[in-house]
Amino acid sequence: MSESKPDPDPETEADAKFGDYGGQYVPEALMPAIEELQDAYERYVLDNEDGFMDEFRRRLRDFGGRPTPLQRADTLSERYDRDVYLKREDLLHGGAHKLNNALGQCLLAKYMGKERIIAETGAGQHGPATAMAAAHLGMPCEIYMGRRDINRQRPNVFRMRINGAEVNPVTTGRGTLKEAISETMRDWATTVENTHYIIGSIVGPAPFPAMVRDFHSVISEETRKQAKEQYGRLPDSVVACAGGGSNTMGIFADFVDSGPQSGPESASGGEPRADVGLYAVEAGGSSLSVDEERGVAPNSASLSTGSEGVLHGARTKLLQDSDGQIMESHSVSSGLDYAGVGPELAHLVDEERVEAVNVDDDAALEAFHRLSQAEGIIPALETAHALGFLEETDRDLGEFVVINVSGRGDKDLEAALEETEQRDIPNAPEMEVFE
Amino acid sequence: MSDIEAAFEDGPAFVPYLAAGDPEIDASQRYVEALAAGGADVIELGLPFSEPIAEGPTIQSAIVRSLEGGMTVDDYFEFVDSLDVDVPVVCMTYYNLIYQYEDDEPQGGSEGQKGPAPFVRKAKEVGIDGFVVPDLPAEEADPLRTACDEAGLDLIFIVAPTTNEERLDRLVSLSSGYVYVQARLGVTGAREDVSERTTASLDRLAGYDLPKAVGFGIKSGEQARDIVAGGADGIIVGSALVDVVADGYESDEPVAETADRLEALCRELKQGAVAGAQDRPTPERT
Ligand SMILES: Cc1ncc(COP(=O)(O)O)c(C=O)c1O
Repeated sequence: MSESKPDPDPETEADAKFGDYGGQYVPEALMPAIEELQDAYERYVLDNEDGFMDEFRRRLRDFGGRPTPLQRADTLSERYDRDVYLKREDLLHGGAHKLNNALGQCLLAKYMGKERIIAETGAGQHGPATAMAAAHLGMPCEIYMGRRDINRQRPNVFRMRINGAEVNPVTTGRGTLKEAISETMRDWATTVENTHYIIGSIVGPAPFPAMVRDFHSVISEETRKQAKEQYGRLPDSVVACAGGGSNTMGIFADFVDSGPQSGPESASGGEPRADVGLYAVEAGGSSLSVDEERGVAPNSASLSTGSEGVLHGARTKLLQDSDGQIMESHSVSSGLDYAGVGPELAHLVDEERVEAVNVDDDAALEAFHRLSQAEGIIPALETAHALGFLEETDRDLGEFVVINVSGRGDKDLEAALEETEQRDIPNAPEMEVFE
Repeated sequence: MSDIEAAFEDGPAFVPYLAAGDPEIDASQRYVEALAAGGADVIELGLPFSEPIAEGPTIQSAIVRSLEGGMTVDDYFEFVDSLDVDVPVVCMTYYNLIYQYEDDEPQGGSEGQKGPAPFVRKAKEVGIDGFVVPDLPAEEADPLRTACDEAGLDLIFIVAPTTNEERLDRLVSLSSGYVYVQARLGVTGAREDVSERTTASLDRLAGYDLPKAVGFGIKSGEQARDIVAGGADGIIVGSALVDVVADGYESDEPVAETADRLEALCRELKQGAVAGAQDRPTPERT
């Protein structure tokens, strides 16, 4: 950012759009708040005014437990005959990467003088992270959560309440993330003057996608540094699951412009790739086809199978029918169960900088059990998609692969066991309950 | 002057809203015609979108009923085409449906066959006079504004209580037909009281020529009267009318009776507006 701002337009333009994606498709009532947020984002986040970023980084360390480790997964490395490293965001306070953004935005809301926090949640990981951050910073907080997700993620509902947040069930539509976002926007349209909406991924109107990415980019900053320290160079490939795409852009951010690799050879002596390969793993659900008639897509693969459109404030890739009605998505993992995706990821996929791939429900469940057994880490079902890709792909990922372990699977135990029971998962453990 | 703007010429305009196809096409057609019979000067007709972020529970439910009844964009255009009303019709919808629209029988020309240009052309063909698109702020409106200008149709913008002076200027200059004055913060839905902020918004808009129609929360003739007395050129009523439709649907009331109740409520609202104009201290706007 330059000191003088003769014409604010080009600046906002650059932040608001990713190629043709992004923008600000929201009701007029919200636009003044969005302008205010844009201003606060530029001042506090980009320019570190009043030491905002210093305080944010300090709290991420002391309250959040950053930096998280980059750990070599020995059994997986052997299995795939390459060096597989895990970026352990599951060890961040709360058990998922989500705290980076929740804490950043909650602190920003405080700097902006807002008095109340609202947020949507899908998997329930953004909700608890927001509830924790709000309690930590002494802000009242209300979370909107779809009815169906409440049933899938009970423990998280209690966590949010225990942290003092109010949980509002959303009964419209299928009662998942899409409806929860719409409902939170409605609350915001009413309370915008004193309330900040902490959106949970790199979605929504500008400046949310860029701002949420910036709060999560600490993941890739650390990974870059740790890779150099531990392996002597940058990874050949970075793999992350993608729902909205916040853990994805979080770990991709500092690798997007990685350019041709220079520097010392890898520890194992292999040739590094020309630039770091970036793989966004979407939920393939039960099938990649769509049912136009019923308006249902039994997957959440908007990057792989969606088309361009406008949802929740941004132009991006969506699951929609030929009229433009938004489809109901599906995934075994509620955190990936969303019909849209962040506009920046859509752009990077179009530009062929990021490759969009997908892993179906069964393969994700298998990967869930595999990591639990092989490495002693129970991953979130979202993360299990990234791990499933490692098993399934025939792409050349190179010698040195980093997987973003976006969260731990404690929240998913019930769902994972139930879903496992309904299918034939070869590596599933015995689940008979002892009498 | 467009037909929509002209509808505000002789006294305050009554602008009712219903979601097209709620609860199904035939009944909905009767209901829209009842609005006209009850004294509508302009009709706002919702084209249902699956993610209506600006609507409260009442209109959300109407949209769900319509979509579950199978309403599509093509059905909507057919619906408007076959309507027997002689007041201007405004299409109220969300941007994605406009953005995705593809013309089956392209007319040629350089505007492209997908998006605002063919959508507006088709709308004009079936007799639509203008548009309200609640998720399209001034920042993103150029393509639709251009398409409307080319077709000679109106694009109506919403002014919110939070809209600052700078944005107000820009919104009014982009608006044609009328300015939609959002009476209060929040989503659509019938309320008991008239917001103080309505008066404040009307005061701020007093210097602009375009008619000002106030909506969000109006449900009775009494409120209509107060709002028009406070300087509004028109009133927009949605949820209170949708409530009548919902009620009829839920109680299995014969369509004709629901239509009669709609018409009666329209008369009350229209009379309230007219009475409000007479209450004004200063003579009518000319
Ligand atoms: C652990 C975990 N990973 C990933 C996601 C998906 O979100 P995103 O794609 O924004 O990273 C979620 C969402 O709730 C999550 O809880």
